[in-house]
Amino acid sequence: MTEMVEKSVARSATDTAAARLKRRYAAERRFKAYGVVAIALALGFLATLLITVFSNGATAFVQTHFRLDVTFDAAEMGLGEDRSPEALSAANYLGLTKNAILARFPEVEGRSAKRELTALLSNGADIKLREMVRDDPSIVGTTQPVWLIASDDVDMAIKGHIPRTPGMDGARLSDQQLGWLEALEKAGAAELKFNEMLFTTGDSREPELAGLWGAIVGSFFSLSITLLVCFPLGVATAVYLEEFAPKNRWTDLIEVNINNLAAVPSVVFGLLGLAIFLNFFGMPRSAPLVGGLVLALISLPTIIIAGRAALKAVPPSIREAAMGLGASRLQVVTDHVLPLAMPGILTGTILGMAHALGETAPLLMIGMVAFIVDIPGSPMDPAAVLPVQVYLWADSPERAFVERTSAAIIVLLFFLAAMNLAAILLRKKFERRW
Amino acid sequence: MQLLILTVVLLTLATFGYRLGRSRALASAGGNPRLLHSLPSYHGYYVALWCGLPALLLVAAWLALESTVVRILVMSSLPADMQALSDERLALLFNEVRLVAGFGKSPSSPEVGLAAERYLSFKQLSFAAMAVVSLVAAVLGLTMAQRWVRSDLRTRNRVEKVVSVFLVACSTMAIFTTVGIVLSLLFESIRFFNAVPITDFLFGLHWSPQIAMRSDQVGSSGAFGAVPLFAGTLLISFIAMVVAVPLGLLSAIYMAEYANPKFRAIVKPLLEVLAGIPTVVYGFFAALTVAPFLRDLGVSLGLSVASESALAAGVVMGIMIIPFVSSLSDDVITAVPQSLREGAFGLGATRSETIKQVIVPAALPGIVGGVLLAVSRAIGETMIVVMAAGLAANLTANPLEAVTTVTTQIVTLLVGDQEFDSPKTLAAFALGLVLFCVTLALNVVALHIVNKYREKYD
Repeated sequence: MTEMVEKSVARSATDTAAARLKRRYAAERRFKAYGVVAIALALGFLATLLITVFSNGATAFVQTHFRLDVTFDAAEMGLGEDRSPEALSAANYLGLTKNAILARFPEVEGRSAKRELTALLSNGADIKLREMVRDDPSIVGTTQPVWLIASDDVDMAIKGHIPRTPGMDGARLSDQQLGWLEALEKAGAAELKFNEMLFTTGDSREPELAGLWGAIVGSFFSLSITLLVCFPLGVATAVYLEEFAPKNRWTDLIEVNINNLAAVPSVVFGLLGLAIFLNFFGMPRSAPLVGGLVLALISLPTIIIAGRAALKAVPPSIREAAMGLGASRLQVVTDHVLPLAMPGILTGTILGMAHALGETAPLLMIGMVAFIVDIPGSPMDPAAVLPVQVYLWADSPERAFVERTSAAIIVLLFFLAAMNLAAILLRKKFERRW
Repeated sequence: MQLLILTVVLLTLATFGYRLGRSRALASAGGNPRLLHSLPSYHGYYVALWCGLPALLLVAAWLALESTVVRILVMSSLPADMQALSDERLALLFNEVRLVAGFGKSPSSPEVGLAAERYLSFKQLSFAAMAVVSLVAAVLGLTMAQRWVRSDLRTRNRVEKVVSVFLVACSTMAIFTTVGIVLSLLFESIRFFNAVPITDFLFGLHWSPQIAMRSDQVGSSGAFGAVPLFAGTLLISFIAMVVAVPLGLLSAIYMAEYANPKFRAIVKPLLEVLAGIPTVVYGFFAALTVAPFLRDLGVSLGLSVASESALAAGVVMGIMIIPFVSSLSDDVITAVPQSLREGAFGLGATRSETIKQVIVPAALPGIVGGVLLAVSRAIGETMIVVMAAGLAANLTANPLEAVTTVTTQIVTLLVGDQEFDSPKTLAAFALGLVLFCVTLALNVVALHIVNKYREKYD
């Protein structure tokens, strides 16, 4: 009897143990799955973001053009006998583009119909003609086939971003315009061509004419100022703190300060730039100079921290050997420690610069949100920078600007990727294990 | 441009000074460098420093003072009735003078045109004087220093002294930045609190700064109660944390405890990419994709979701913060000593039991510190909320409604028109001060917790 009881107890004990083990293993698998799900979700977000941007932006690198026979009629251009460059650039080319498309559809009658027809072309289609005449004045008086840039609505319709079914209420393109568009397409006179204006012009209110070059140049100037200011400052500070600074209150204060600055929200640096650089020193608004200085203050802690880490990684034996040979403390640093730490410092600097390139909020504070068409010629000229251009375009209501914004983001991400890649390669090439 | 040429000329002189110093030192030692106290190059640097440093410092000081002096000169030459204008009008006037002089803007009155001409001539005179004085200083320094060079001159010590002064000066830059931030925020905030009582600002429930846009209405009708902004900021940050903490923590645990090195080597950099994407891109993503998606989802569930809902901004901000949480937690989890894990395994615990009952409790202070840092990051984040959150200051806890945040308001108050004396623009500085203090406090607490924890295992 007692034997049986013992057996059943034993069995139930193994049973409960087995059941409990099963439960515990299930919990184990569940927990592991949570981790996988978390990572998958995070990477899924990343993928969604990139896919959204790329699918929206890829089409912005091509632009709809119409092939039209343009007659360079001197009378229509308002040209007299004068063929000087000034007269040629002051001539009226917009009329030529309108005449060209009207000539393509001679059957169109009436003012409103004609206006609808000319609206297929961009307001900036004449820029191309002006360039052609500037390059070769002898074409005045001749008829040339030219690829002219189409308006943003046409471009959106061709790319399929707005519907092309006729008879819709409130459509951006009328039924008539859709008909002409189809006729042009059938004749092979409407094509998507590489959008070179995106990389040659500045901002514009017309999406089809808006380019990124102004913002790229502005970013270049800003980052150059940032690098010029914060690389020497950052390296000197890192060297001082790591190699020379005595351990005292003052040094502690500096260190605490640097760590705190690294965590101050960037928008606060914008307020600093506004109050100190613009209002106190009276520097120009919207200038890459001020933007670069603000970005330098933001990246300074990053570079100092990276620089200190790189200096710390140089083994003390190097320093001791140099000192043993009679080098002064400064010679030890400049001739031995700094060259060995330089790849690490440069890697940190590039990463800091990449971060500065994407920084937007502080630049809004110092007026870099102005609408600027001209390409800046120096760090003192008003300019936009790439991320601010993204912000400005994202605020524009036209459908075509969604595509432009995504294209601007692609360009921005391309630069960021290039900089990060450079940092990784640098680290790979010069990484040393002591 | 002229300035660039002057700088290049000064630097060329300094280079020349370096060569001169070197050769003088060698000559004084009869061509035998071993007889010199310092290496020949130190003598070179010594002469170069004497040549370049005073001249460049002079140029810098001159440039810093030039604008003020020129301004005073130009303004004092204006007719008396113009000088009697208020300070703000004078500032505008001077700005116009500068625009006329610098950018060829047509002057609004002949007096301004004259002033612009005078401004230009003062500027040119000042530059010419600066160039002459700095060049004289450079040449003087060069000739004096190269005379002093002797074989027993302790140039190394002197040059190193200059360099160490330079290093100390650079390292104080961080302190100057902090002081600059605090002073500029405090100064403008105090002006704001003169117009709007601080209690109204901190505890007021109504925020509508737009009313006080005209300067003759100063502080009388604009409402500057910032509680709705604080509430909105907290709501969005809370949503962000709800997304970021579980995802970041779980992925950190998986990477630290389960993943094989190969998986880690691929996935970790990919997660870091999330941290490298500029925030303006997240803002665009939130406004273009996430907000409409949530709105449509809400419609299909029978909920009304605002198109600028706190949820959209919060979720996207959470995604941005995931790598921040995960890399900080990863660090503290891998810092937990291996012996603790082995002890738990030895007692028969499964991996997940070890993690939940041993590793996470051991790493908890570090994780909490990391989360606090992430919260301060979320509170200070600007572009996502500027682009995806609303402007209406609703005091609500409903994540489906539009709320506004401190950073959004700072940007909207300062972008666009700029009257620097209206409480509207000054309010941005008061908000900035609050933001600065809160993030600073969070960071100090977080770093304290993290450091305390580190000491325990080191």
